[in-house]
Amino acid sequence: MRDVAIVSVAQSHHRRSAEELNEVEMIQPVIRAALDGVGASISDIDFTCSGSSDYLAGQAFSFVMTLDAVGAWPPIVESHVEMDGAWALYEAWLKIQTGAADTAFVYSYSKASPGDLPRVMSRMLDPYYAGPLWPDSVAYAGLQARAMLDAGVTTERRMAEVAHRNREAARNNPNAQVVGSPSVDELLATPMLSDPLRVHDCPPISDGGVAVVLAAGDRARDWAERPAWIRGIDHRIDGHQPGARDLTSAPSVALAAQRAGVDGSFDVAEVHAPFTHQEQLVLDGLGLGDDVDVNPSGGALAANPMMAAGLIRLGEVATRIMDGSAGRGVAHATAGHLLQQNLVCVLEGGD
Amino acid sequence: MAGNRVAVVGVGQTKYAAVRDDVSLPGLLREAVFRALDDAHMTMDDIDAVVVGKAPDFFEGMMMPESYLAEALGAVGKPLFRVHTAGSVGGSTALVAATHVQSGVHDRVLTIGWQQQSVSEAMWALSFPIPFQQQLVAGAGGYFAPFIREYIRRSNAPDHIGIQVALKDRLNALKNPYAHLHEPDITFESIEESFMLWEPIRYSETCPGSDGAIALVLASEDAAEAAAASSGVPPAWIHGTAMRSEPATASGRDQVNPDAGKECAADVYAQAGITDPRRQVDVVEMYVPFSWYEPMWLENLGFAPEGEGWKLTEDGVTQMTGDLPVNCSGGVLSTNPIGASGMIRFGEAALQVRGQAGDHQVDGARVAVGHAYGGAAQFYAMWVVGSEKP
Amino acid sequence: MTADDRGDRSISTLPEGLWTQPTPSVPVDLGDDPVRRQVVPASMRYDYTPGLASTRFLRGLAEKRFLGERCPETGEVYIPPRGVSPVSGLPTTEQVEVGPKATITSFCVVHIGFGFNAPPTPFVSALFLPDGAAVSLYGTMGEVSHDQVRIGMRVEPVWVDDDQLTESMENIRYWRPIDEPDVPAEQLKGHM
Repeated sequence: MRDVAIVSVAQSHHRRSAEELNEVEMIQPVIRAALDGVGASISDIDFTCSGSSDYLAGQAFSFVMTLDAVGAWPPIVESHVEMDGAWALYEAWLKIQTGAADTAFVYSYSKASPGDLPRVMSRMLDPYYAGPLWPDSVAYAGLQARAMLDAGVTTERRMAEVAHRNREAARNNPNAQVVGSPSVDELLATPMLSDPLRVHDCPPISDGGVAVVLAAGDRARDWAERPAWIRGIDHRIDGHQPGARDLTSAPSVALAAQRAGVDGSFDVAEVHAPFTHQEQLVLDGLGLGDDVDVNPSGGALAANPMMAAGLIRLGEVATRIMDGSAGRGVAHATAGHLLQQNLVCVLEGGD
Repeated sequence: MAGNRVAVVGVGQTKYAAVRDDVSLPGLLREAVFRALDDAHMTMDDIDAVVVGKAPDFFEGMMMPESYLAEALGAVGKPLFRVHTAGSVGGSTALVAATHVQSGVHDRVLTIGWQQQSVSEAMWALSFPIPFQQQLVAGAGGYFAPFIREYIRRSNAPDHIGIQVALKDRLNALKNPYAHLHEPDITFESIEESFMLWEPIRYSETCPGSDGAIALVLASEDAAEAAAASSGVPPAWIHGTAMRSEPATASGRDQVNPDAGKECAADVYAQAGITDPRRQVDVVEMYVPFSWYEPMWLENLGFAPEGEGWKLTEDGVTQMTGDLPVNCSGGVLSTNPIGASGMIRFGEAALQVRGQAGDHQVDGARVAVGHAYGGAAQFYAMWVVGSEKP
Repeated sequence: MTADDRGDRSISTLPEGLWTQPTPSVPVDLGDDPVRRQVVPASMRYDYTPGLASTRFLRGLAEKRFLGERCPETGEVYIPPRGVSPVSGLPTTEQVEVGPKATITSFCVVHIGFGFNAPPTPFVSALFLPDGAAVSLYGTMGEVSHDQVRIGMRVEPVWVDDDQLTESMENIRYWRPIDEPDVPAEQLKGHM
């Protein structure tokens, strides 16, 4: 395997609605900042890959217009995934592994604010049995939380603690959307939204994006003082039918973690758990010890731009390695409902 | 070509049709998947990763349907990856699947492209009115027709070229049992007299909307040799892969003969050691949704000098009996499940060099090109496959 | 539901039989009363916003002006502007009025219209390059027979009545020929 590193990361200041901007205007400064971070232009990049969703944009081929923000002229080697940007990064990493590219540029974004996100997300469900019922994404996540509570895997207090810890951590994240939290007791006194989920158990709805530059070997060393080397990366998927899955576990997290080589100690972990009860499933799957700093950014509970929140986790870990505040970290991204699909990436500093 | 060797060892296609309501969506995909696995002498258990692609989710009214399809595709516990690059997506998806093997990460990858155009109205999905944006009130054909007109103006090609392409592809389709349109009575005159939709494009010079899926099994060198030993069918070795993209609207961009297409072709030929494509390529499957794109792409892909692609068509060079047969399968003009159409080109190219194309086999085909394009003629994907190892 | 009573999908302007195939071409035995189609109405509301550059452009249209925006690198004017130059990836901020006179860079004669605003067929759908702009706008031709339209033809927009003007592309009813010599087609390459 070739040594490949994240050498530059930029993200937007995430907010409920980037109402005054179109998607191109929203992502352009992020794209430019990531390239500027290593003094590169798109002509220095061998492969570009992006992630976004037509359903979130409410428009077919929505990614075509955002390509304008890259400045793909003369033509570039480019691809797009209808997935979170973490998977776009995976494709770019594969491409570099083939030797066909030494550098790659990855970005992802969503401007979901024009639509009703929880309702839009129901269009992901099996079209014959679940989709026609239009269960919104919060209610769907509630099924999982209920299963976990009933099985004694978690408690409402523990869920509130997750919310509190993440949003308090977000005070140090200039890009966060939801910052700070009432006390756990105060949270537990609030009414249910979709029983057993309260408002604090749910992620915010966010518009935003992220961009990352990857480079191999010496190119990475040229571009960054402390490249964040990708030591392992893998993704796996579980079944879709909630009735055919044990909702109190996420086997694909553990499988991806094993394949990505998650072992030993980590300074930092950024996990993509949109709902509070899910963080524990991810951490259990990763098998991390108690000494790891989990979600210093505040995670998806502080800002959750769909299609970007997963890649942001990789970016947050990489940023901490690049600035020297962490030596080794693990990042996790999820896709689909109920932690169905999971990607795990081990990043570390050094040579 | 960069990276580890990779070959196509399994090709499976559904019967393509306007409406495949005899099967569910998973049923449709599994029809293609099991044919591909049977061809490769493999089962789902042998597959390391699954890479899928389709065109916009609004076509079927399902957002990221691959998550729902995880079980049906045998992907549970494996990587499942979803590509979307507009109309080129079938080709791009096969290339991303190849990357999974070229990188050395996986040995056996299943890749699938599909579309069920009957489920919703594709024309609607392509043209629902977004406020503030320019409305093209003429459908996809109305988008491309002006560029065809400009091609005809520049090249002085005679009107019958488009008709000739359509006749050839529809007659070729009669030799392909999977093709959607089987029109045994079609004639030059019937095409000429067919309804003029977007002048200069006639109805019979236009692709249909189809339901269908195609699956390919890609394998590393060892896995490909093992599969070939078991199945008795030679692999189609991939000699080059290339993608290119350019903006939809850019000053200086030539939509008649786009730079991205030229560069994509030059890249893939260089990898495959092809210096004279007209002479060295035995058969081509190119993405021709409107008949006139055959001469346009012949030029764009370097098979003819600029302005002379139509002469190859007129002279019968692109007929199955010609020395550069194009779209022996019947092409997109006979079968168009959009998200699958690019992969069908790639798969048909593989069938040709494996000697598995049946009645539309070109005798002795050793080097074949698969081509797909999409968006505003701005996204390109190509591969070159050969009967011999690169 | 059986195959016979399933509603055929249709586009109102489609000639009979085009793209529709009422019987599946692969007959298979699904038992006595197969479920072949499930109709699931799906309706979602999206409240789109145009963005900064498009807002500037639309406000111009309300005054019957075409406001393009200049690429800071190449100096060329893009219309309608989307806030970013597609060739450099840099923000466009300088507004430049172009047109209203324009040149047809190419066109087709449409005998089958789509969408809610399609005029009666046949009509000419064309690409119009406003004077001073680097790329063409879409629109339809009026006040001329479709067989008289040419690449290189000079045209001008016909606007809706002043009291009907809004921030919308629909302010342009259609384009019509003007009495100026054609532009040589070779000059239009790269500006469609």
